[in-house]
Amino acid sequence: MPSAITSPIAGDPRVAGSRAAGGRPLVSLRDISKTFSNGTVALRGVDLTIGERQFVSLLGPSGCGKSTVLRIIAGLGEPTGGTIDWPGAGHDASGRPDREIGFVFQEPTLMPWATAFDNVRLPLRLRGVSKAAARERVMEALEMVGLEKFAGSYPRELSGGMKMRVSIARALITRPKLLLMDEPFAALDEITRFRLNDDLLNLWETFGWTVVFVTHSVFESVYLSGRIVVMAARPGRIHADLAIDAPYPRSEAFRMSEAYNAFCRRASDALHAAMEASAP
Amino acid sequence: MTAVGVERRARAAAGDAAPRALPAAGPRERALRILVPVFMLALVVAAWQAYVTIADVPHYVLPSPLRIAQALVADWDILSRALLVTLRTTFLALILALVGGMLLSVVLVQSRWIELAFFPYAVILQVTPIVAVAPLILIYTETTQQALLICAFLVAFFPVLANTTQGLKSTDHNLLNLFELYRASRWQTLLYLKVPNALPFFLAGLRIAGGLALIAAVVAEFAAGTAGGNAGLAFRLLESQFRLNIPRLFAALVLLSFTGVLIYAATSLVSYLLLRKWHESAIRREN
Repeated sequence: MPSAITSPIAGDPRVAGSRAAGGRPLVSLRDISKTFSNGTVALRGVDLTIGERQFVSLLGPSGCGKSTVLRIIAGLGEPTGGTIDWPGAGHDASGRPDREIGFVFQEPTLMPWATAFDNVRLPLRLRGVSKAAARERVMEALEMVGLEKFAGSYPRELSGGMKMRVSIARALITRPKLLLMDEPFAALDEITRFRLNDDLLNLWETFGWTVVFVTHSVFESVYLSGRIVVMAARPGRIHADLAIDAPYPRSEAFRMSEAYNAFCRRASDALHAAMEASAP
Repeated sequence: MTAVGVERRARAAAGDAAPRALPAAGPRERALRILVPVFMLALVVAAWQAYVTIADVPHYVLPSPLRIAQALVADWDILSRALLVTLRTTFLALILALVGGMLLSVVLVQSRWIELAFFPYAVILQVTPIVAVAPLILIYTETTQQALLICAFLVAFFPVLANTTQGLKSTDHNLLNLFELYRASRWQTLLYLKVPNALPFFLAGLRIAGGLALIAAVVAEFAAGTAGGNAGLAFRLLESQFRLNIPRLFAALVLLSFTGVLIYAATSLVSYLLLRKWHESAIRREN
């Protein structure tokens, strides 16, 4: 299981602290707005810079546009106004920034006709990598999420948590710099959710990507992230930006600690303030 | 078989997009599932035979099952040749309908405007009773065979088109986003996502089209009234009726029903084999 993996430097609070604060900027959103064709203003004036190796949660009530921010970062749907910068990224053949993104949806979003192996292989297949050439990387990704024994299983044969693991493995197969997760564990039971939280943190500490994690759970966001961006609705905007400067690695002990409680209270207060600031 | 009946069945069947499940079965239940209908059939045939014998019904009104079997054996030469003619029309029409329906549905989903422009014609072709169009088609084609083929094709084509179009359009939105995210080409999205997603719908269309192709071939033969070497089963049916050769009429009817059942079983089997690994309709559930 990947939960056994621990990076040797991850226990150092200074490293974790600098990580929480963020390194060089990976992506910057400047004055982003998004208006849907039916006139709904989903986002207005969103400024957000995500640093390399940060674990950032977007927390907010439903309708605050947190998923929209994620989709705009992913390039799914253009913003109506504002700019997105990828300072460190190169450009691909067609001149678009080479964003190296993995995306995990709220649903596992697996192709039901394909095995776990073929689902994980999809991003490589779309890039024209042959099955033989992809095999090793696919198995490696499945191993990361502890599903190497289920490579030949179809999605219907897997539990909800396992399907989500396949979905995460698929997002990791391209070795992205940035992992975008849209309430990935919202539909899972608490036990599965806690395990996947821990596994995700372990993978993040080991491989050092940047994660932007959308959630509506205060407890989940505090447990996972080094930084919580609280959003308000109507129009969607950033209400508060909290640093959760507790050291990594985090475990059950952190979940039970005073510090965790204090962070949760702060985040919860910010969320309530954001909800009051949201027009009805 | 009336044309109205054909049309009604076609429409009812085309609406039935979801493939029906092959139900679960243990060995005992599986045996029963075969034994019960076979036993019932034997019972009906026996009752029929008993009634005809006891009531002394003349064979030109209602022949006994035994007489029908005798007619089937005695007239096998004529009937089997007629069956082959009808089968050839049916299968050629079905293949054309599958290929045509598939290709056209791929074209239709490329753009909403293409669909708006062309779909009405598919519907018009579908809702116009085939017996009403058959005389025209007979005038425009060189041989009767071609006319029969076109008639059967027109009827079998629509369920394939309607179902496959529906399947291509009902692709999961998140999966489409995922393909967009990885910059899949239009061709890759079609091949790896939309086509596999449409497969269950296409197979539902196939099962409907299989039965309809046979019905339409027979209806077209009635309308065209081909005689001689190219006579299909429908002609033999009519001919038997004129000559009051009722046992042969029943024998032809039995052959037709049997063929229809075989086609349905074959298309169902194809559907099951292609979907059994992943689709809900083919999965056996314990509860």
